[in-house]
Amino acid sequence: MSDKSFSHWVKSGSPWVWLNAGAVSICLVMVVGLLGLIAVRGLSHFWPADVVEVSYTEPGQKVEVIMGEMIDNELVPAARLKRVGVDLPEGQESAERILMKVGNRDQFGLDFRWVNGPWLAEPTYPEEIISIERREWGRFYGRLVSVKQQGKVVATGEGSYEELQKRLSRSNDLIGQIKHLEHGEIGQINHGIETIRLDRRRLELAGEMKGSMAYVELEESEKQFDTQYKELQAKLADLYAALNRDQMVVKMSDGREVEIPLAKVVLTHQPNKMGIVEKLGFYVHAVWEFVSGDPREANTEGGVFPAIFGTIMMVMIMAVLVTPFGVIAAVYLKEYASQGPIIRLIRIAVNNLAGVPSIVYGVFGLGFFVYFLGGNIDELFFQASLPAPTFGTPGLMWASITLAILTVPVVIVATEEGLSRIPRAIREGSLALGATKAETLWRTVLPMAAPAMMTGLILAVARAAGEVAPLMMVGVVKLAPALAVDNIAPYLHLDRQFMHLGFHIYDVGFQSPNVEAARPLVYATAFLLVMIIIVLNIAAIGIRNRLRENFKASEN
Amino acid sequence: MEAVKQETAPTARAIDIESMQRSDKLNMANEEICLKVNDFNLYYGDKQALHNINMSIAKNRVTAFIGPSGCGKSTLLRCFNRMNDLIDSVNIKGEMLLDDSDLNAPSVNVADLRRQVGMVFQKPNPFPKSIYENVAYGLRLQGVNDRATLDNVVEKSLKGAALWDEVKDRLHESAMGMSGGQQQRLVIARAIAIEPEVLLLDEPASALDPLSTLKIEELIYELKDKYTIVIVTHNMQQAARVSDYTAFMYMGELVEFGATDELFTNPSKKQTEDYITGRYG
Repeated sequence: MSDKSFSHWVKSGSPWVWLNAGAVSICLVMVVGLLGLIAVRGLSHFWPADVVEVSYTEPGQKVEVIMGEMIDNELVPAARLKRVGVDLPEGQESAERILMKVGNRDQFGLDFRWVNGPWLAEPTYPEEIISIERREWGRFYGRLVSVKQQGKVVATGEGSYEELQKRLSRSNDLIGQIKHLEHGEIGQINHGIETIRLDRRRLELAGEMKGSMAYVELEESEKQFDTQYKELQAKLADLYAALNRDQMVVKMSDGREVEIPLAKVVLTHQPNKMGIVEKLGFYVHAVWEFVSGDPREANTEGGVFPAIFGTIMMVMIMAVLVTPFGVIAAVYLKEYASQGPIIRLIRIAVNNLAGVPSIVYGVFGLGFFVYFLGGNIDELFFQASLPAPTFGTPGLMWASITLAILTVPVVIVATEEGLSRIPRAIREGSLALGATKAETLWRTVLPMAAPAMMTGLILAVARAAGEVAPLMMVGVVKLAPALAVDNIAPYLHLDRQFMHLGFHIYDVGFQSPNVEAARPLVYATAFLLVMIIIVLNIAAIGIRNRLRENFKASEN
Repeated sequence: MEAVKQETAPTARAIDIESMQRSDKLNMANEEICLKVNDFNLYYGDKQALHNINMSIAKNRVTAFIGPSGCGKSTLLRCFNRMNDLIDSVNIKGEMLLDDSDLNAPSVNVADLRRQVGMVFQKPNPFPKSIYENVAYGLRLQGVNDRATLDNVVEKSLKGAALWDEVKDRLHESAMGMSGGQQQRLVIARAIAIEPEVLLLDEPASALDPLSTLKIEELIYELKDKYTIVIVTHNMQQAARVSDYTAFMYMGELVEFGATDELFTNPSKKQTEDYITGRYG
């Protein structure tokens, strides 16, 4: 009886359905788990955790006071603790070990520290502790003693924190002005002086006599730039002097007092005093700083905006290059070439290209695009600036082209698929109205195949945005001095090197001297990269669905 | 269903009566010849699909090709506007004249030829564009982009295809939202918008319901004043209803060709008689 019902159950197809559903669930769990892990690990970094103050007594040592954030904890078995001289009470198998972020790296040497739970006293959370984010040396924890102006105390005790905030916003304003001056006007002058240098070199190469009109003109404009530059320099010096006016004095956990110039401080907050709403506000601000700010401290602090910008820029340029190229190739393969063994061979080759390891494309890009093409372009068009290369060095354009080659098979295959799905009746209908083959392609077939092209582009973008290995050879750097787009003509600088989120993850994760500080940033950056790819894909899918709606009825 | 019957019966009878009335007048010798086929052979690779076809197609008349599946009637039809050029393995031998000039001559521009010889296919194949753009397609190909001219031609063509009243308020909606019968009339409107001389219809009603079929047949009847129409059909009643001349083809050969009434009432060949009485095919 049960045998029969079992075979009946098998026949009904239920096991198969269960198997399918199981596979889908596992996929779902993996995707959600992956995103969840990197989201939680990455995003929790920005939360303003409470700062504890606790006395810590290592056996045989003096009592010391530790101030910092509790980051992580683990259980250590009693045997291991015994080896370092910790004796647990009878019957206790293990004890807690806590990772504390104590900050003050310039004073203590390390800003992370493992402490043993049993040696810790009861932690306290004094409200007056301030957490200082500095431009160098990372976090600083301590108690505010006084605020100074040019060495003279202007505020102390009650009200000094408010005074500090006032002066901080002033110094941040000044820093904004300095940055604006350096990148804006001084950048323009530097560009102008560089142009003059190149013009002079061009004249030399052309064999122009020294002292001729052209030289004199150049010298005159150089003098103009010089005077302008001196003016700006004086302005800048004033700003710096104003910036260096204020200092703060902070008392560390061990009682020493340290003077910190406000020019070195990004912001301060009092985490133990903050309510949940204030913390939320601080969190949003911190996340925004991360997304929109420039990196500091060998990329372990600050934001990742240049990397976001570089990633999106590169993917966009890649998309602009790969779409026409892939579509044209697919149209020829599908519509014009006679379908013989050679075309079959080409098609197999194209499909195999998609499987070539990406680092190989990087090597090819470096050898062919950067050295050969770039080198020749420099000799032909940028002779004046040699031996400094313009295009003969890794840069945004070469990276985009290399990735375009990497992804072109995907676009070709998808477009061919789309072309072969256009019904013959539609083509014949167009031809019967007196259209030539080319007109039929342009007016009817290609618009109908547009959704398929978009599918190819979506796959290409997803692949290109996640690619890191080839980029390391053809244009990505750890820290790019300037964005590829700025206010100096020609505004889009394809020859510049750029930052990329994928490489940023690698760099922060593996090349950083401060592992503990870098780890949450690795997760946060990874999460950001995934988000960007998702956003790019959703945008492309949206466009495709709109295209598809027009043609839905004719596809079946 | 009731509505279909009511409408079908009287109209079909009307056509029948009219075709009987003019039957005695029809004679190839009195007709102006539009298309002429001389000793025409067609091969798909090694396989011969058309054997030695000789026929003349009269101007401003409806000529029907009937015959069992695979007899070559569609193949022959597609030769009139050189649609078979698209198939690589096709070879032809013999002559095909449109207004006394060989349409397979090397000097003939295929696109120009297809403008003179329009074609409507078995399945409605509107482009995934608006109704308006479908009709304007042929004109735009010829470089006509003047709004007033296009508006004018679109309206005229849609009226010519008896579709104007149904679609005049939604000209700029997608053609894919129309019914099958409307789509087929749209395709006819698209074909007559460029004012061809000849209109080839390849089983234009075989994918449609009876009511739509009737509308197409009425349309064919009206169009023959202006165009020479060649129609391929599986439906012998349809051939009898709409055509002036009928060609019966079998196994790639033209078995019998003559005035429709003559061929249906008094076939001269045994094969024709067998087919139209339903003994095979």
